[in-house]
Amino acid sequence: MSQPAVPTRALPRSVLRAMNPATLRRRASGAPFVLPVVAAAVAIVVCCPLVFVVMQAGQSGWDSVRQLLGRPLVTTLLWHTLELTVTVTAATLLVGFCAAFLTQRTDIPGRRVFTVLLAMPLAVPEFVHGYCWVSLFPSVQGFWGAVLVMTTSLYPLVFLPVAATLRGSDAATEEVARSLGHSRWRVLWRVTLPQTRPALAGGALLVSLYLLGEYGAFAMVRYTTFATAIYTQFETSFDTVSASVLALVLIVLAVLVIGAEAGAGRRRGRVVREGAAARPADPLPLGRGRIPALVGLAAVVGTTLGVPVYALGYWLAKGNSSTLPSASIWSATATTAGYALVTAAVATAAAVPVALLAWRHPGHASEGIVRLAYLTRALPGIAVALAVVFFAIRYAQPWYQQPPMLVAGYVVLFFPLALTAVRASLAHVPHGVEDVARSLGRRRLAVLVRVTLPLIGPGLAASFAMVALTASTELTATLLLHPTGTETLATRFWSYTTGLAYGAAAPYAAMMTLLSVPAVVLLTRRTLGPARSLKEEA
Amino acid sequence: MLTHAVRSGRKSAAVAIGAAVTSVVLAACGSGSSKPVATGRSAGGSLAGQSITLYSGQHEQTVQALVKDFEAKSGVKVNVRSGDEAELANQILTEGKASPADVFFAENPPALTTLEEKGLLAKVDPGTLSAVPASDSSAGGDWVGVSARSAVFAYNTSAVQASQLPTSVKDLAGPAWKGKLGIAPSETDFSPIVTRMIKAVGADATKTWLQGLKANGKVYASNEDLISAINKGEVAGGVVDHYYWYRMRDEVGTGAVHSALASFTAGDPGAMVDVSGIGVLSSSRHQAAAQAFLAYLVSQPGQQIIATSQSYEYPLLPGVTAAKLDKPLSAAGALVPATDLGDGKQALDLLQSVGLLS
Repeated sequence: MSQPAVPTRALPRSVLRAMNPATLRRRASGAPFVLPVVAAAVAIVVCCPLVFVVMQAGQSGWDSVRQLLGRPLVTTLLWHTLELTVTVTAATLLVGFCAAFLTQRTDIPGRRVFTVLLAMPLAVPEFVHGYCWVSLFPSVQGFWGAVLVMTTSLYPLVFLPVAATLRGSDAATEEVARSLGHSRWRVLWRVTLPQTRPALAGGALLVSLYLLGEYGAFAMVRYTTFATAIYTQFETSFDTVSASVLALVLIVLAVLVIGAEAGAGRRRGRVVREGAAARPADPLPLGRGRIPALVGLAAVVGTTLGVPVYALGYWLAKGNSSTLPSASIWSATATTAGYALVTAAVATAAAVPVALLAWRHPGHASEGIVRLAYLTRALPGIAVALAVVFFAIRYAQPWYQQPPMLVAGYVVLFFPLALTAVRASLAHVPHGVEDVARSLGRRRLAVLVRVTLPLIGPGLAASFAMVALTASTELTATLLLHPTGTETLATRFWSYTTGLAYGAAAPYAAMMTLLSVPAVVLLTRRTLGPARSLKEEA
Repeated sequence: MLTHAVRSGRKSAAVAIGAAVTSVVLAACGSGSSKPVATGRSAGGSLAGQSITLYSGQHEQTVQALVKDFEAKSGVKVNVRSGDEAELANQILTEGKASPADVFFAENPPALTTLEEKGLLAKVDPGTLSAVPASDSSAGGDWVGVSARSAVFAYNTSAVQASQLPTSVKDLAGPAWKGKLGIAPSETDFSPIVTRMIKAVGADATKTWLQGLKANGKVYASNEDLISAINKGEVAGGVVDHYYWYRMRDEVGTGAVHSALASFTAGDPGAMVDVSGIGVLSSSRHQAAAQAFLAYLVSQPGQQIIATSQSYEYPLLPGVTAAKLDKPLSAAGALVPATDLGDGKQALDLLQSVGLLS
C-alpha cells in the first residue's frame, strides 16, 4: 500500500506512524483494515457472476471450445461487437462532451432546461428506445440502426459525469491558460478537455462494457453481436457450458476495455485546487455560434427524447388491447419504485468502500478490485441472473426468490454505475484532506462522515439516482430473480409485448418513464448543483 | 362436463397420492403442506390449502384464467412465475433439485425434453396422459401436451397474390422469394420445422434449404417482430405459428390487418402442428397438488378456457373445439408426435452451421 505523495509532511509522518508500535496495535484492532476487508467483501459478491462463468466454462473440453469458436458466425459476431463498441463509444463521447460543454460552460439560452432534457433519455429503458425507433422507422436497423439507438440511449452516461466535472472544476486553470495567450480552442483542447478526462474515461468505460453485453436493444434493430451467440446457447440449446465459454470471450474483451480506461483516465496528475474554494468559470459567449449550437442541442433532444415520447403517445392512443387488469399498474409501480430505491442505496453504500480504497491507496491491489468489479458489466444479463440463481439457491436458500435476492442481483448488475459515479467525484477531492482532518484530532469514522462523504455528496447522489433509474427498468434478471407473485413495471411490459399487446404495454412503459423523471431531475440537480467548495465543508 | 372434471380430478389425485406418499417416505422430509395429502386420501378436496409454484412460459392471460378456475375448484393455491420459457428452463436447470418450482408449463416440447433428459421431471399421472392423444405427450410419460399450435404461412395481402402462395415450405428457399421472406430462426418455434425437414429430406438437403432461406430472408429476433413486419409489408411473408397472427390482429384492430394466413399442403414438413406441454418437477414436494393441476388442464373446463382464450391455441381434448380460430385442428396439418421433435439439437446444429443462429 503506497501513500499518495501529496502534502509534504504526509510521507515522513505516515512512515513514522506505520513504524509506531501503537499504530501497529491499533491496526491489529481493526480500524485501518476495515476498509480493505469491506471492499474485498463487496468485490467478492459483485464478482460471483465471473466465478460462475469460469466454473461453467471449466466443464468444457478443448475440443468443444475449438468447435464453438470455429463456427462461421462467431468471428463475424466478434467483429460486429468490436465495430459497434468502438463506434458507439466514440459517438457518445462526442455527443456527451459537446452537450456538457454547451450547457455548462457557454451562454446558450435555457441551459438548465437543456441539462435536464439531455439527461432524460436515461429515463427510457433501452428496449423501449429500441422498440420506439423500430415501430416508427422500420428502416432503423442493422449496424447504423444499432449505432443510432445505442448512442441516443447511452450518451447521458458520458454527458452527466462530464457536465458535473465541468460545473465543479475551477476556472483558474483556464484563466491562466488564456492569460498566457492561448486561444479559446486551444484552452478547450489543452486544459478543459484533460480536466474531464476521468469523467470521459469513466463514461466511455460504462458505455463500452454495456455494449459488450447488450442484447435486447440489438434484437430490436436486428443487429447481432457476440452477446447474441451467448443468448442462443442459453435459450435455444439450454447449454450453460458453451454459453459460458463464449461469455469468457466477452470477459477478455472487457479486460482490454478496462485496461484502456485505466490508461486514459489516470494519465499523470490531476489539477486539483487545494485549500481554497473552486470558482466556477464565467459562461463562454457563443456569439454567432449560438444558433447552430441551439439547433444542435435541440436536435439531440428531439431525437433522443422526441422519438420515445411520440411512440409512447402513439401506442397509448392506438392500442386496441383491452384485457389489461388495470389495478395492477399501481402495485407494479410501487414495487418497482421500492426495489429501485433500496437497490440504489445498497449499491451506493457498497461502492463507497471500493472507491475509497482505490483513492486512498492507489496500487495494484485496489485497482485490481475496481477492475474486477467492472468486468461483470460486460456479461449478458442472463449470465449474471443465472449466476445469482446458482449461488443463492446453494448458499442462501431461505432468501432465494425473496426480495433481498432481487436487490442483490441488481446490486451485482449495477455496481459499476455506482462505482463510476463515486470514483469520479473522489477524483476531485485533494488527497491530503483526510490527513489534515485526522491531524486535527478527528477519528477515522468522523473524518469519513464529516469530511470525505460530504465532499463527494454529488457523486453519491449521482450514484443513487443512476442506479435507481437503471434498476427500475431492468428486465432479464428481474424475470429470473423476482419473488414469485410480485411484478415490476418491466415484467408487465414484457408480458404484454410478448403477447403482442402493445397497447396494453404502453401504460407500463409510460409509467416506467414517468417514474424515472424525478430521478433524472435529482441526478441533474445534485450532480450539477452549485459548485461545492472545501471552504463550505471545512 | 363438471362431473367429468371432478371425476378425473379425483382419479388423478388418488394416483398422485401414491407417488406423493412414496416421495415423502423416500425424502424423509414431510413438509407441513404435504401432510394433509397423506391424511385425506379419500376426499376430493384433500388438496385444499396446499400451494404449488408454477413456472410458466405460456401466454399469461390464459394461464391466469386457468389458474383462477383451478384454484376455485381444487382449493390449491397456484403461485405463477411467468417468464420466457427458455429462461425458465435455464433457471430450473441451474436450480437443480433445490428448485422451488413444482410445475413447468412450456410453449414447445424441446424445453421439456431437455428437462426430461436431465431427469428433472416426474412421471405424469396415467389418467392425465390418457386424456389427450398419446402422440401429444412425451413418450416417456414425463410431460403432457395441453394445447397445440400450427405452423402457417403468413403473408402480406398486397405483396402476395393467392396464386403465388407457396405450397411447400421448401419453396421458400427458391428464387421467387429472394428478398421477400422473413424468418425468426432464434425462436423456439422454428427449430421443430427444421427437425421435420431433416426427417423428410435428410440433413444435407435441409442444410441446402436453410442456406436458401438465409439468402432469401431477413432475420427477425422474434415471431412478434416477424408478424408485425409481414403485416406492415416490410417483408412479403414468413412462417410463424398461427396464433401470432390472431394476437397481432387483436392488437392492431381488424382495420389495420393487411395480412392473412395460408397453410402448406398436407404432408409438407411445413404443415405441422406442435404441442405446448407441461410437466411436474421430480423435486417437487407437492406432487399430488401438482399432478392435480395437470389433470385439470386436460379436463373439459381447462380445455374450454384454452379454446376461448386470447392465446388462440387449439385445445387437445377430443370434443372441445377452438371457437375463435378459422380452421379446425384437424385441418391445420399433421400433428407431429413430440418424440419426433426430440430436444431439437440436430436442428440447432444445422442452423448454427449455416449461420442462421450463432
